[in-house]
Amino acid sequence: MKRYSAFAVAREALRYHMGWERAWASPEPKKKYDVIIVGAGGHGLATAYYLGKNFGITNVAILEKGWLGGGNTGRNTTIIRSNYLQDPSAAIYEKSRSLYETLSQDLNYNVMYSPRGVIMLAQTEHEVRGYKRTAHANALQGVSTEFISPQRVKEIVPIINLDGPRYPVLGGLWQARAGTARHDAVAWGFARACSAMGMDIIQKCEVTGVSRDGGKVTGVTTNRGDIACDKLGIVVAGNSGHLADMAGFRLPIESVSLQALVSEPIKPCMDCVVMANTVHGYMSQSDKGEMVIGGGTDGFNSYTQRGSFHHIEETVRALVETFPMVARLKMLRQWGGIVDITGDRSPILSKTPVDGVFINSGWGTGGFKATPGSGWGFAELIAKGHSPLCDEFSLTRFKEGRFIDESVAAGVAH
Amino acid sequence: MLILDCPCCGVRGEETEFHSGGEAHLKRFGPGSSDDDFHGYLFEKVNPKGVHFERWRHVNGCGKWFHAARCTMTLEVFGTYSAQTLEPPQEIKDKITAKRPGWSWREFS
Ligand SMILES: Cc1cc2nc3c(=O)[nH]c(=O)nc-3n(C[C@H](O)[C@H](O)[C@H](O)COP(=O)(O)OP(=O)(O)OC[C@H]3O[C@@H](n4cnc5c(N)ncnc54)[C@H](O)[C@@H]3O)c2cc1C
Ligand SMILES: [Zn+2]
Repeated sequence: MKRYSAFAVAREALRYHMGWERAWASPEPKKKYDVIIVGAGGHGLATAYYLGKNFGITNVAILEKGWLGGGNTGRNTTIIRSNYLQDPSAAIYEKSRSLYETLSQDLNYNVMYSPRGVIMLAQTEHEVRGYKRTAHANALQGVSTEFISPQRVKEIVPIINLDGPRYPVLGGLWQARAGTARHDAVAWGFARACSAMGMDIIQKCEVTGVSRDGGKVTGVTTNRGDIACDKLGIVVAGNSGHLADMAGFRLPIESVSLQALVSEPIKPCMDCVVMANTVHGYMSQSDKGEMVIGGGTDGFNSYTQRGSFHHIEETVRALVETFPMVARLKMLRQWGGIVDITGDRSPILSKTPVDGVFINSGWGTGGFKATPGSGWGFAELIAKGHSPLCDEFSLTRFKEGRFIDESVAAGVAH
Repeated sequence: MLILDCPCCGVRGEETEFHSGGEAHLKRFGPGSSDDDFHGYLFEKVNPKGVHFERWRHVNGCGKWFHAARCTMTLEVFGTYSAQTLEPPQEIKDKITAKRPGWSWREFS
């Protein structure tokens, strides 16, 4: 792998940019790997990357039914924050956020991490109390957040309307080092680094079955033939239930559609992320100038990768109340992704009833922010059988009643 | 957009008129059952990619519960039927078998 640098840009400029090499290879699948990861989204690729980097395991294949990063990784609104309530969440989300700080240098790939700050607006007394509680919890967890006044909100976001028609802004939970990153670049950067370590990223390779022998995994069947492995990591977001079915167990997960939309590009008008959970919408501005907008999930199981029309209306209505200037914007694109929702709104990073099969799922509407941290912990779980970051997120927590309830912190989809 | 016919009052409406109530034909386990059965009943929902049987409520209409058989990949509705039953009516089963050859039926209880 040739390193990217200012020098490389200058060198290529002098030879008509003919010397850039492919960022990752497209090999044929081998007969057998030590570890197979199903799903080349951010989480699958990050898992493979840290398996190689932290544990020296590089005989790894990442199998992807479509194109890498084409699932929720390439469909999300890129909010990164770690102001959750429960300790296990704070640990993994803050680990992830801190990895983002230096991810571009680490991967030698610009993921455009932009710690521009995230405000979660408090618009009811209940929310004010909830967010103050979160700020206190975060202080104990070592996550830097603060509860700010409406005036401070207005200073940070001049385009906001503090006394909207339904809910006034009563304050906000502010995390200054939260922000956004370029979603595709996160997938591409991890993919390039995995390929450089000799791992095989195999696209257009759909896993159609999980082979087992006496309760232990032996490999997978795919549309490109059977591939054997010692360990299998399932990292397929909305398709988790489907893959679990193939492996012969069930998950406490339901798959629903979540959509997002972007406006026409406009001049810079908002340099942070604002989430309004009561009216149900959130917004940030991309580097291209588009306003990036998201809202709630559909209310029923779906694998369609498109969302209901009325949710667009609901989301845009919420944002027009909060930012009146939005009323004059034209919307450019709208799309959906299938998110994997658990009952306690926390992920599952766990061993499974099948020996050698590990699952990383349940990130639902908010897993982009967790990409590097999830990969870090899940790689350790696969390599060593347990991981301090993952242990609390085991599949058995439901049976044991150890829920990690983030339904408040995860309020609106993000 | 999902369009459903309420079998209770006969009204056809789009999804904002209804509210999904999750998996239908659940076998309930309560006090006295084993931990595994209770856990399965509470948490291990089917999450099929394809044919799905669900409970729905006509919230902004007659207010009653009913069942729907639909495909989660296409949003095609095979039919809606009364909730006072242990399994889908034969004509809906036939329709699904015809439209989704090879789809295997699970047991209802
Ligand atoms: C509209 C929207 C907005 C969002 N906004 C945010 C946000 O602002 N902040 C945030 O933190 N999170 C957000 N999320 C959630 C976030 O996108 C996901 O939690 C995260 O990207 C999941 O990453 P992943 O790698 O696990 O899944 P994915 O990127 O979906 O990767 C899974 C991959 O598995 C592949 N796959 C599936 N089945 C098979 C098979 N049988 N064989 C082979 N491959 C298979 C898929 O093709 C896919 O590429 C949002 C999601 C959506 C849909
Ligand atoms: Zn009705």
